[in-house]
Amino acid sequence: MADMTEFTRPQNENFIKLGIDIGSTTAKIVVLDGSKLLFEKYERHFSMVRAKTLELVKEARPYLEGKTIKAAISGSAGLGLAEEADIPFVQEVFATAEMAKNIAPDVNVVIELGGEDAKIIFFDGGIDQRMNGTCAGGTGAFIDQMATLLDVSPDELDDLSLDCKKIYPIASRCGVFAKTDIQPLLNQGARKEDIAASIYQSVVNQTIAGLAQGRKIEGKVMFLGGPISFNKGLKKRFVETLHLSEENTVFPKYAKVSVALGASIYASKQDVSFSYNELCERIEKAKAAASSVQTLEPLFSTKDEYIEFSDRHKKAAVEQKDISSYTGNAHLGIDCGSTTTKLTLIDDDCGILYSFYDSNKGEPVEIVRGQLEKIYSLCGDRIKIASSAVTGYGEELIKHAFGIDFGIVETMAHFGAAKHFKPDVDFILDIGGQDIKCFKVRNNSIDSIMLNEACSSGCGSFLETFSKSLGYGVSDFSKMALFAEKPVQLGTRCTVFMNSSVKQAQKDGADVADISAGLSVSVVKNAIYKVIRANSASELGENIVVQGGTFYNDAVLRAFEKEIGHNVIRPSIAGLMGAFGAALYAKSNIQGESSIITKEALSEFTHTSKSATCRGCTNNCSLTVNTFSDGKKFISGNKCEKGLGGTKPIEDVPNVHQFKRDYILSLPETPSAKRSVGFPLGLGMYELAPFWHAIFTRLGFNVVLSGMSSREIYSLGQNSIPSDTACYPAKIMHGHIEKLVGLGVDAIFYPCLTYNFDEKAADNHFNCPVVAYYSELLHSNMDSLKETTFLYPYLNISNEKELARGLYDYLKTYFTDISKSDVKAAVRCGYEAHEKYMTAIENEGEMAIEFARRNSRRILVLAGRPYNIDMETGHGIDKLCESLSFVVVSEDSVWKKASEKPNVNVLNQWTYHSRLYNAAKFITENEDAELCQLVYFGCGVDAVTTDETRDILEQGGKLYTQIKIDEITNMGAVKIRLRSLIGALNERNK
Amino acid sequence: MTNEKYIRKYPIFTEEMKKDYTILVPTMLPRHFKIMLGILNAYGYKTHLLDNMGQNVINEGLKYVHNDTCYPAQLVIGQMIDALNSGKFDKHKVALMITQTGGGCRASNYIHLLRKALEKAGYGYIPVVSLNFSGLEKESAFKITMPILHRLAYAICYGDLMMDLVNQSKPYEVNAGDSEALADRWTERLTRQMTTGKLSRKTAKQNYRLIIEDFAKIPKQGTPKPKVGIVGEIFVKFSPLGNNNLEDFLVSEGAEVVVPGLLDFCLYTMYNALIDRKLYGYNKKSAIIYKVLLELFASFQQDLINAIKQEGSFNPPMPFKEIPPLAEEVISLGVKMGEGWLLTAEMIELIHEGAQNIVCTQPFGCLPNHIVGKGMMKPIKEKYPKANIVAIDYDSGATKINQENRIKLMLSTAVVTQDKRPMFQK
Repeated sequence: MADMTEFTRPQNENFIKLGIDIGSTTAKIVVLDGSKLLFEKYERHFSMVRAKTLELVKEARPYLEGKTIKAAISGSAGLGLAEEADIPFVQEVFATAEMAKNIAPDVNVVIELGGEDAKIIFFDGGIDQRMNGTCAGGTGAFIDQMATLLDVSPDELDDLSLDCKKIYPIASRCGVFAKTDIQPLLNQGARKEDIAASIYQSVVNQTIAGLAQGRKIEGKVMFLGGPISFNKGLKKRFVETLHLSEENTVFPKYAKVSVALGASIYASKQDVSFSYNELCERIEKAKAAASSVQTLEPLFSTKDEYIEFSDRHKKAAVEQKDISSYTGNAHLGIDCGSTTTKLTLIDDDCGILYSFYDSNKGEPVEIVRGQLEKIYSLCGDRIKIASSAVTGYGEELIKHAFGIDFGIVETMAHFGAAKHFKPDVDFILDIGGQDIKCFKVRNNSIDSIMLNEACSSGCGSFLETFSKSLGYGVSDFSKMALFAEKPVQLGTRCTVFMNSSVKQAQKDGADVADISAGLSVSVVKNAIYKVIRANSASELGENIVVQGGTFYNDAVLRAFEKEIGHNVIRPSIAGLMGAFGAALYAKSNIQGESSIITKEALSEFTHTSKSATCRGCTNNCSLTVNTFSDGKKFISGNKCEKGLGGTKPIEDVPNVHQFKRDYILSLPETPSAKRSVGFPLGLGMYELAPFWHAIFTRLGFNVVLSGMSSREIYSLGQNSIPSDTACYPAKIMHGHIEKLVGLGVDAIFYPCLTYNFDEKAADNHFNCPVVAYYSELLHSNMDSLKETTFLYPYLNISNEKELARGLYDYLKTYFTDISKSDVKAAVRCGYEAHEKYMTAIENEGEMAIEFARRNSRRILVLAGRPYNIDMETGHGIDKLCESLSFVVVSEDSVWKKASEKPNVNVLNQWTYHSRLYNAAKFITENEDAELCQLVYFGCGVDAVTTDETRDILEQGGKLYTQIKIDEITNMGAVKIRLRSLIGALNERNK
Repeated sequence: MTNEKYIRKYPIFTEEMKKDYTILVPTMLPRHFKIMLGILNAYGYKTHLLDNMGQNVINEGLKYVHNDTCYPAQLVIGQMIDALNSGKFDKHKVALMITQTGGGCRASNYIHLLRKALEKAGYGYIPVVSLNFSGLEKESAFKITMPILHRLAYAICYGDLMMDLVNQSKPYEVNAGDSEALADRWTERLTRQMTTGKLSRKTAKQNYRLIIEDFAKIPKQGTPKPKVGIVGEIFVKFSPLGNNNLEDFLVSEGAEVVVPGLLDFCLYTMYNALIDRKLYGYNKKSAIIYKVLLELFASFQQDLINAIKQEGSFNPPMPFKEIPPLAEEVISLGVKMGEGWLLTAEMIELIHEGAQNIVCTQPFGCLPNHIVGKGMMKPIKEKYPKANIVAIDYDSGATKINQENRIKLMLSTAVVTQDKRPMFQK
C-alpha cells in the first residue's frame, strides 16, 4: 500500500475514485476515497485486456459496491476498451502529470519507462510532456528481450548488473542495433555482468538523448514505471548518469500504479459517474463487441491439408546412424551462431551420427567444450574425428579454442548443406534466431547475398520473445497458429512496430491463436518483401531450400509456402544446416591429420576472458582477451589487425580511404593568424575541407578542424539532436560543434549548400537535404552556438563568380576588414586546392589499382559518400577490408575511369551519387574490381540509389554488396558479409 | 536547369494517346483534384480520379517500391498498380499521372520509381505523365499550357476555400454531414462550370461569395473547440490515405481542424525560383516569369481572402506575402527541398491564427522534415511558449494506435488551454 502521507488532496469528495491503467503487458487498478487508497492491484493481462480489466474491477467490488464511482481508463491498450465501454479515457502521460501535480507538487521532472513507451515530463515553466517516437528502443520490452538474449530472467539481469566492472558502448536508439552490439560481445566472451550494466546504460542514454533532447534534467526527479521500479541496476545507472543527489531522487512506493492514480484524479474532475453494476455491465458489453482488426486467410483450412503438408516435409531427411555401433572416421561441424550452438558429427557417407542444438546461453566456449567431451566419450576408440570445421559468429573463437581445422563463412556452409538436399538448389532462405540470410545460386555459386537489417528484423527469437511475453512456450504458441481462423495482419517493419501492431490487435480483442498466426505471416513477409525484396515467387527461383531453426515452426513454413505460392524443401535438420554444411566441408577438404583438440587436452581445457582497451590507435576499440589452458590467447573486438598481439606485420598497402584521411588531417593550421575559424569535420565538409581551408586561410583565418569523429565526440552533442531517425553522420555533427565551441574558436563555419559542384555527370548536382541544410538545424537546436559566431551562409559552389559574390556579401557583415578582391582571390585558391585534392585522390586510386594488379589482389571500391572515410561513422570498414586482402579505393578515385556514363532508371540529380553510378559502371568493366556500397541507416536517398547501383552491377555480371551502418560498433556482421563476398568470388573463379 | 539525358528510355505519352487514353490520377486532395481534372478533361484529356484504398494498396506498394522509400511513393504507386490489377481499365488504353516537384528531395524521383515499379509489375508499356511546374519531362504530349495553368490556379483556390470552410463548419454543424454535402454539391457545380463555362476573374469572385454565403447558412451551435493545425509533407498532410484519416480523427476528438492550403505550396515553389536567383544566381531569365505568375496567383488568393472577410463568418487564410517573413523568424528561405521553409512558416502561421496545437506529419524517415519540422520545434517553442506541437511519422508499419495515442497527448494539453466562451450567439 502506498504511503498515505504523500496524498495531499482534501477529503471533501462524495464519491469513490477508480483509476484503471492498461499498458502493453499489464493492467493496474486503484480505488481511492478522497486521498485514501483503498485498493490497488497490478497484473499481467496476457493480451486478454477486457477480461482482465473486468476481473480486477470485480476484485475491488467490496470498495465499490453501493457507492457513486467516478472512473477513468488510461494506457495505450485501454483506448479501445474506454471507447467501447464509454468510460472516460485519459492519455497516460497526461495522467502521470495529473498524478505528480497532485501528489508530489515539488517534483521538477518525471521520467517514466513503460513496457514499450518512454516518457518524460518537465514541470518547470509550463508543463512539457514528451514521449518517444515510433523508432525507439530503450524500454521495458527491450530490457526483456535483452534478458532473453543473455538467457537470464529480468531479475537475474538486474543482479548481474550490480557487479559490473566495465561499460561497453551499446547502440541505444534501436533495440535491434543493441542486439547487434551485444551478440558479438557475448560470443567473444565478455562478462555478463558488464553486458547487463551496459544494457541499462544504453536505456539511460536513450532516455536522456532521445527525450530530453538537450533540456537539462535537474531538480527533483521522480522515476516511474515498471522497469525502473523493478531494476536496481537501472536506477543506479540513472542516478549516476544524471548526477542526482539522494534528496533529489524520488522513487515513490506507488510507482507501479502511478498512471492509474493519475486516471483516478482525472476521473474525479469528470461529470460522469457510475454504479458498480453499471461499470461491470459496460466493460462486459465492450468485451463482446466485434473486432475491427484486419485479418488474413487461415494457414490451413482443413486437417487434411495439414496432413499432406507434414507428410511431404518428412521426406527431406538425412539418414540417422547409430553412433554406438559405427566404427571408422567421423567429421565434425560446429555452427556457433548468434543465439544457438549447433553441432553435427557425420560419417563418411554423410549420415548423422550425432547432433546437438541448443541456446548458447552466452557461453559458446563452455557449450562446445561440454559437447566435445560428450562426443569423445560416445566415440570411444571406434570412431576417429578425422576432420572438423566451424562456422558462425563465434567461428574464430571456437577455432582457436579447440584447434578446429577450418573456419568457413556461414553462407558457404549453408550453401554446401542445401546442395546435399537439392543439388540444383537455386535459392536458399535461412531464418535463424537473430538473422535472416538468403542467397541466390547461379552457375553453382552464390550469386547474391541478402541479410536483414535493422528495420527488417522479425526473426526467430522475436517469435520466442513474443510467445514468452504472452505467457506461452514457443512450440505451443506456434501450434495454436496452425488452425487459427482469422490470423491478424501485423505489418512487417521491425519488432518495435510489430509490438505495437500486436497492441492494436489486443485493443481490438484478437485472440492469441490469431496473433500467433499473424506473427508467423509477418516473419515470412518480412523475409520476402523486406530482406529479399522480391516481387513474385518466380523471382526467388524454382528449387528453394528453407532452413534455420525458425522453419521448424510449421506455421512459419506454411505461411512461406502460401505467400510464394509453391512448395519448398525444408530439410529435417533445418536448424542444423550450418553445422552440417561445415561437417561436409571438413570432410571434403581435409588433408592429413586433424588438428582438433585431443581427448586428453580437452580434459584439462580452461578458458578465461577479460576485457581490455586497444591502444593501437585513436580508435580505442574495446577488446576481449580470451586465454586458454595452453596459454594461447585469442583477442577479439578490434576493428583492424593492430592490437592482435603482432600476429601480422602491417604491409604498406595503398588505401585511398586512408590517403584521404591523412590528406585532410594534415591540412595546416596558421596559429599566427589574427582570427580563427573552426570547421566541423563531418558530412559535406569531408570533401570540401581542402576547398574551404584554402579560402579561409587566404582570408587570414587560422583554420581549425574538429578532427576525426569518435564515440566521445558523439556523446558530447547527443543531447541536442531533435530527430533521432536522421543518419549517424548528421547526428554526430552536434558533437563536432561542441568540440569546436570548447576549443574557443572565433567562429564556426558550415555553409548551407543546396547545390554541390557540377561535375557534368548527371541531370543535376544537388546535395541531399541533410547535407544541404543541417546547419539550420544545428543553429536552432544547439544553445552552445550562441557562445560563438556561427557562419552558415547559403552559397553556390558550382559557380566561382557567384560563390565570391555570395561569400563576400555574407562575410562583410561579420568582418569589415575583408575586401571583395580578397574574397575573389581566396575563392580562386579554393578551387585550386579542390582541384589538387581531387587529382591527388585520382592518382592515389591509380597507384592502388596498379599495386593490386601487381600483387594479384582484388580491388574494392568502398563507395557511398565522401564522409565514409570517417573512422567512427564509417566504422573503419576500409581497415577491415584491407585485413581481408582487398585493396581499398573510393568511388571518387575511379568514377572518371568508366568508359561511359551508365544509363539509370532514376533522376540522377545528386553529385555524390552520380559518382557512385559511374564507379559501378567502372566495376562492370574490370574483372578484378568489386564494389561495396556503404549505406547509412535513415538515408532516404539511398532507398533510390541502392537499387540503381545493384542494377548497374548485376547487368554487368557483378555481385552487389551493401553494408548498412549506423551507430553499431561491432563488426561481426560486416565481416560475414565481406567474407561471403570473397567466398562467392572464389567459388565463381573455380 | 534539368535535362535528364541520362535516364533510360520509357514510353512517352503521345499526341494520339490524348484521344482515347484514360489518365489515372492518384488520390491526394480529392476535392481539389476533382475540379482540376475537370479542367484537363475540358482540354481534351480523359482523366479518372482513383478512389481505391485499403490494405491492398499498401501491399502492392510494398511489393514494387523499395521499402525504405517514403511512404507516399509506396501509397501512390501501390494505388496505381492496384487499380491496374483490378481489371476496371483497359491496360492498353491508360496512362498514369504523378506529381513531380523537381528538387533535391527524393520526391522528384517518384515518377521514376513508378516507371520502375511498372516495369517490374509487367506494365512497362504504360506511359506516365508528370504533373509539374518545373519544366521536367518535356517530351510528353501532356502539357500544362498557360491557359490550363491559369484554370488550375482557380481550381486550387476553389479547393482551398472549400477545405477551409468545411473545416470551420463541420465541428459545429447541427445536422451532421451538412458541410460535406454542401462542398460536394459545389464541387460538382464548379467542375461543370470549369469544363463548359467561360473563365473570368469576375465569375470566380462571384462563386467565392456564393460558396461562403452557403456555408454561412449551415446551422451551427456550440462553444469553440480547440483549433488543431495540420502541417507536413504534402501527401501525408492532405491525403486521408496517407494520414490514416487524420482530419476525421481530430474532428471526432472534438477539435476544429486548420489546414493551410495547397495554393501556398504552389506559390512556395514559384517563390523558390526567385530565391535561387537571389542566393545562387540561377534562373536569371525565367525569374521574371515566376515573379509575374507569383503575383498573379497571389492576387487570386487575395480575392478569396477579401470574399471571406466581406462575408464575415469565417477566418480567412493568411496572404502568401506575409508567410515568408514568418519562416525567417527561425529559418532561412534558402531551405527549399520538400516543403522546406514553408512547413516551418505554416507552424508559425497557425500559432498566429490561434491554432497553436499542431500535428506535424511526415513519412517515416522524411529527410527535409528532420530539419524544417522536428528541427525547428525548439526555436518555435522558445518564441511561442504556447505552441503545442506533436510530430507524427506515417509508414506502412506504423500503427494507428501509436499515432493516435501521441495525438491524444497533444489534445489533452490543447483542451486544458482552450477558451470555453460560447461562440455562436443567437
